[in-house]
Amino acid sequence: MLEIRIHGRGGQGAQVGCQILAGAFFKTGRWVQAFAAYGGERRGAPVTAYLRVDERPIRVRSDIERPHHIIVLDATLLDDSSIVASLRPGGWLFVNAPLPGVPPWNSVRVVTVDATAIALRRGLSPVVSTTMLGAFAGASGLVPLEKLVEAVREGSPARAEENIAACVEAYWACAGLEAIGA
Amino acid sequence: MSTTAEPEAELFCPGHASCPGCAVALAVRFVLKGLGPRTVLVIPPSCIAVMAGPLPLSSMQVPVFQTAFETTAAAAAGLARAFRARGEEVTVACLAGDGGTHDIGLQALSGAAERDEDFIYVCFDNEAYQNTGNQKSSATPWGAWTSSTPRGKPTRKKDIVEIMAAHRIPYAATACPAYPADLLAKIERARTLGGTRFLHVLCPCVPGWGIADDASLRVARLAVESRLFPLYEVRDGLRYTITHEPVGVPVKEYLSAQARYRHLTDEAIRQIQEDVDQGWARLVGRARALPPRAFA
Amino acid sequence: MLTQVATRHTRILLTGDHAVAYAALRARPHLIPVYPITPQTPVLEKLLELQELGELTADIMTVESEHSAMAACIAASLAGARVFTATASQGLALMHEMLHYAAGGRAPVVLVNVNRTLASPWGFWADQTDSLAQRDTGWIQLYCESAQEALDSVLQAFRVAEALLVPAMVVIEALYVSHTLEPVEIPDPELVDEFLPPYEPPVRLDPATPRGFGGTTAPVQWRANRLALKAAMELALDAVEEAGRRYGELTERAYSSVETYRAEDAELVIVTAGGIAGTAREAVDQLRGQGIPVGLVKLRLFRPFPSARVAGLLAGVGKVAVIDRNCSVGSGGIFCQEVRAALHAHRVTGPQVFSFIAGLGGVNVSADRVMEICRSALNAVSAPPDPILEERL
Ligand code: SF4
Repeated sequence: MLEIRIHGRGGQGAQVGCQILAGAFFKTGRWVQAFAAYGGERRGAPVTAYLRVDERPIRVRSDIERPHHIIVLDATLLDDSSIVASLRPGGWLFVNAPLPGVPPWNSVRVVTVDATAIALRRGLSPVVSTTMLGAFAGASGLVPLEKLVEAVREGSPARAEENIAACVEAYWACAGLEAIGA
Repeated sequence: MSTTAEPEAELFCPGHASCPGCAVALAVRFVLKGLGPRTVLVIPPSCIAVMAGPLPLSSMQVPVFQTAFETTAAAAAGLARAFRARGEEVTVACLAGDGGTHDIGLQALSGAAERDEDFIYVCFDNEAYQNTGNQKSSATPWGAWTSSTPRGKPTRKKDIVEIMAAHRIPYAATACPAYPADLLAKIERARTLGGTRFLHVLCPCVPGWGIADDASLRVARLAVESRLFPLYEVRDGLRYTITHEPVGVPVKEYLSAQARYRHLTDEAIRQIQEDVDQGWARLVGRARALPPRAFA
Repeated sequence: MLTQVATRHTRILLTGDHAVAYAALRARPHLIPVYPITPQTPVLEKLLELQELGELTADIMTVESEHSAMAACIAASLAGARVFTATASQGLALMHEMLHYAAGGRAPVVLVNVNRTLASPWGFWADQTDSLAQRDTGWIQLYCESAQEALDSVLQAFRVAEALLVPAMVVIEALYVSHTLEPVEIPDPELVDEFLPPYEPPVRLDPATPRGFGGTTAPVQWRANRLALKAAMELALDAVEEAGRRYGELTERAYSSVETYRAEDAELVIVTAGGIAGTAREAVDQLRGQGIPVGLVKLRLFRPFPSARVAGLLAGVGKVAVIDRNCSVGSGGIFCQEVRAALHAHRVTGPQVFSFIAGLGGVNVSADRVMEICRSALNAVSAPPDPILEERL
């Protein structure tokens, strides 16, 4: 089972992004489970969304305490050191940050992408989740781009084409990228 | 004033359990005649519920659903929608007391009126919780003695017709069993309309008001003729029509006929008269302000 | 995201709340009186969306309170309408009076409750106390572990409730079921129509045959009414089995009042309900992988309580760990009380019953925590009389 956690702030699309990524995995024939702590819909409030992916029905119903991958939509959230600390050994951290020079944390592999800049160019700000999903798919190779694009199209509440464009741009920016760090 | 021939059919059977001389029972009889046999009744706890009969008996020739105290309007709304969904033409009517209407049932009634649910709601107002032995309700008038207002009620009676009219429901009216033709005409008019229709019927209570067994209709007439309880109707919350011109007897005649007002001082009676006069003037002003449209 | 897996259903990603809305769509109710409350609101929103699309023909009555919603449900049901509603937490508590009224009045209303904490203080997360506190209202209660089970159980609840004229409550957990997106199979309308016949009560509010409903009674009549309800409720034990079997024939997803998972030869059996049951399956597999023989008994039906089934399943077991995400203050875990009562009533004295209270207020209960619970029970010499608080493990 693959466990992924998305950390964002209200308005950045963490919850919808998590559902879109679930949809992309579902399209590959996998079983998925996605949820987010509701009630954090206020702009700027920290939001955590959870995604499980497996080859068989998923039975466990609890928060993801030790994710394989973490997607962070706002780098300031990493001030809370417990987020990175919870990553499984060998896990990947995808951070929305302008510079590729984010220092590596121990065994954590870090992928950065300036999702804010990409989203701004596409007129999506403050929604950066679809952009970060592109970065995730590109760097991890876990979900094919065409399935993700389909899922973004179906799952975007608005501006589907802009979301797809941002997602694809981040995908190619990170495709095959060797993660920084260990 | 329109005069309607009294329907022959008696849908309220004799032998029910009201006190002798009860004005509520008489009013229920007329209301049922007016509603006709394609009616389903919703009744909350009240003297009317007692009159409807203990199971397995029923004094009513139409189906009765006895619902929880605060739910009359909600249950009626659910019923009306159920019949509509099933494609059945049925009049849904509520028969409630003042406690069930002015107090505990007001939220559900207001909600239903705001949604313009399709039923006729009749409030039989005997101005206190008479079924449980005369405790005050918010329909009890200022100064009236009840078992829970031993010094007389210190606050005003809630004006339920104005509250209902403020929802801009299609029809709100007052009525009284001492004026059966007027009451029947109002039921008839309510039946020609859809949406939430409300009738406020003043019903003197023999033990609660402290009147003789044969006095309830006389006292009811005094309430109307003193202008304390004018007979009128309001269309769409805006158009007021006075349906009976009262002669204007002093309110003291009405008050002194009842034991519950025995303790009132002359000053208190003067204040009540002033209040009645102001209320009447306000009503007359409203009736003049926007002339009623002809009823369809 | 639509995938046609077979001709008789559609497989789609849905949250538990949305799955419930699709169940209501398929049940073809006449009327849905409903009032919004977190975390039930997506049920209402999806129903309105389905109505807007022209798929749902039911009349959605957006009332001014849950109390009025249930009052409208009861009256409409007694007039012969199929009715559905959904609520959570404070809403269910507000309905409490009318829950009794529905059962006593024999109105087969189907309600979905999303298990959520009761205030004060305010909370919005999973906790079973709201629905368990309604255990004496005369409603059938089914606890679900997933969105799929929620959808399937709503349809089965209609079948059982309408056959017996007993209202039924289907319970799902806040967040972990209500707001969790997962693959769900929606059976085709024809399939559901085959499973769920139209509702036609034997007597109803009908001007053609005037009857009084709900009037005052003498003590003997009241008792007779209550005993009739009790008898009907007892029939629900078999009716739930029958509905679960029949549903399985049509959908290949059969259900029962109690479900077991790897409970054969288990030294310790976990007993729980709702979402934690899913997590417990994972814990059972992991422990079995380590050579520790544990199993699971999942309570799906809580009212009527399948006392004989539970006692029979636990009869040969050494240790039982009941996990309650609820607390009857002054007593303890409510599922555990019922399990202990069932064992006592059926003279099953073998198992040591450990009562664990876990995940109160929506605190996360992971598979690791369930494994710790199992280990602590296995290591204990004897079961303490008082509940064990999982946080202290
Ligand atoms: S208590 Fe009053 S209202 Fe009730 S039945 Fe007797 S007279 Fe009528």
